Amino acid sequence: MTTKKDDRGGLWVLAEQHQGVLAEVGLELLGKARELADQGGFQVTAVLLGDRVKGLADELIAAGADQVLAAEDPALEPYHLLPYTQVITDLIKEHQPEILLIGATALGVELAPRAAARLGAGLSAHCIDLQLDDQGRLLQVVPGWGGGVLATITCPDHRPQMATVMPGVMKSRGDPQRQGQVIEAAVDLPQDQPGPRVIEVSRREPQGLPLEKAEIVVAGGWGVGSAEKWSLVEELAELLDGAVGATRPPLDEGWAGEDQMIGQSGKTVRPKLYIGLGISGMMHHVVGMDQSEFVVAVNQDPQAAIFEVCDLGLVADLTELLPILITEIKKLKGSD
Amino acid sequence: MKRIIACVKPVPDPKHWDRVSLDPETMTLRREGIPNVVNPLDRQAVEAALQIKEALGGEVVLLSMAPPFAASTIREMLAMGADRAVLLSDHLFAGSDTLATSRILAAGVKQIGAFDLILCGNMTLDGSTAQVPSQLAELLDIPNLMHITKIEWPDPNLCRLTQRIENGQIVWEASPPLLISVVKEINKPRYISFLGIIEAEKKELAVWSNEVLKIEPKLLGLAGSPTKMAGLTIRRSRRAKEILTGEAEDLARALAQRLVRKGFL
Repeated sequence: MTTKKDDRGGLWVLAEQHQGVLAEVGLELLGKARELADQGGFQVTAVLLGDRVKGLADELIAAGADQVLAAEDPALEPYHLLPYTQVITDLIKEHQPEILLIGATALGVELAPRAAARLGAGLSAHCIDLQLDDQGRLLQVVPGWGGGVLATITCPDHRPQMATVMPGVMKSRGDPQRQGQVIEAAVDLPQDQPGPRVIEVSRREPQGLPLEKAEIVVAGGWGVGSAEKWSLVEELAELLDGAVGATRPPLDEGWAGEDQMIGQSGKTVRPKLYIGLGISGMMHHVVGMDQSEFVVAVNQDPQAAIFEVCDLGLVADLTELLPILITEIKKLKGSD
Repeated sequence: MKRIIACVKPVPDPKHWDRVSLDPETMTLRREGIPNVVNPLDRQAVEAALQIKEALGGEVVLLSMAPPFAASTIREMLAMGADRAVLLSDHLFAGSDTLATSRILAAGVKQIGAFDLILCGNMTLDGSTAQVPSQLAELLDIPNLMHITKIEWPDPNLCRLTQRIENGQIVWEASPPLLISVVKEINKPRYISFLGIIEAEKKELAVWSNEVLKIEPKLLGLAGSPTKMAGLTIRRSRRAKEILTGEAEDLARALAQRLVRKGFL
């Protein structure tokens, strides 16, 4: 019999799933984990919790996992915080991974701190970059003060080194040829779980092009001014085959929906073209769009902070500019 | 309901964050002269606590870990209607990460005594980690739920909580003891009345140092924090920042042309 390779010291990624559908962020984190693992000589393990979810393993291996550790139990579907915390911390105690990455989703931001507290491990939130230092330790780059400051966090003395990352920050990559193995984890949960009980789950199908996937994002802020003018933002986005994003005020005004918010407490986008309309450029927002390739900003205040973080800025009144811009683009598209 | 604890935190006023600078010698942030305000979401937490008290009775106790200057910010939340406040303050607490902070808050909760509910804002503006609610609940060994947009009480021992998730929501049923962290849409915090301010002056605001909490010093501050700050940089943009001014018509044409040249049209 061959000796089983010691699986301690690996790089783990939580593969979040709901009712058999993987969350995109887990695949994105596997992409980053693969890159770090190749550099630091780690084994990448995707940790999958749920009920009868092993079928998702191929997708996780293609996304970069060397192995999939599947913990299956009816008590793990749908997600409940306490059994999830118990299973993942038990697995960590058994296998002692070096690093654990978790998506900063509604589930992840609830679970990661609870698990870290149980383990006494260090956890950094909403990392925008992850690197390894020369000793193979994880450097976690996090925005602070609304994104105006970047801090590099390390966890020198505790394991695993834990970090959460917002969806959209890392890029997933698939290689269907990749091989990996699936390991079934023993789960021992009592039938009657303590804690809150799910009464009802409702998920809407997201409408149109998801913001995180759009190659062009047209985002509006408070400066757009009214629901009527917001429709011009939407029209511009449609003309460019882009998606519509927003800062917080348009949500409060009811012009835009919660899933359109870009920024620290919303989504992270990295389109080829970002156009910010009537956006002041508070760091809360900027941290969610700063990785865009080309950034255009329109604001009537020449002092607006958005002009400090754009490639091309137009000092203009949107009420005047937008209708002309839309007409111009229609003309250009018509002459194709 | 006997007792509801609402966690509050003074944070530097975000309106003045552009005045934050970096001290190159110590790698720490200079934040002198930046006034403190109550972390915005904590007002929603206090409002939620007050609404539960009005419906089901009990007292609302504010809990904060902050330097002594935070007392005036906490007094403001007493003026909103909370009954009393506990401020955990000690130089040993300085430099605590979320886990060490949660340890201190958990010790404060235990010192306050029996409770039914703990309410928190989902995140604070300064750190924005959103980690303390779950960590505090774990250290107290009680369940918790985040991103709560609605709290209802079908009966006094059972609450129905609506939780916001990606593209939807989950409705939960739970019984105290429980820690709930709330998001902005849960309520509209009440205005502070003049009478409230007068009454707040008479309310108890206890300041507890580690002599009261008696936590081992190695579990506090930098020593007790598993995460360490290895570096700090002020973010600067490397973008071209080509700024055009002029007539709207010319600007619109210039932008459209640029979009064509860059291949977006």
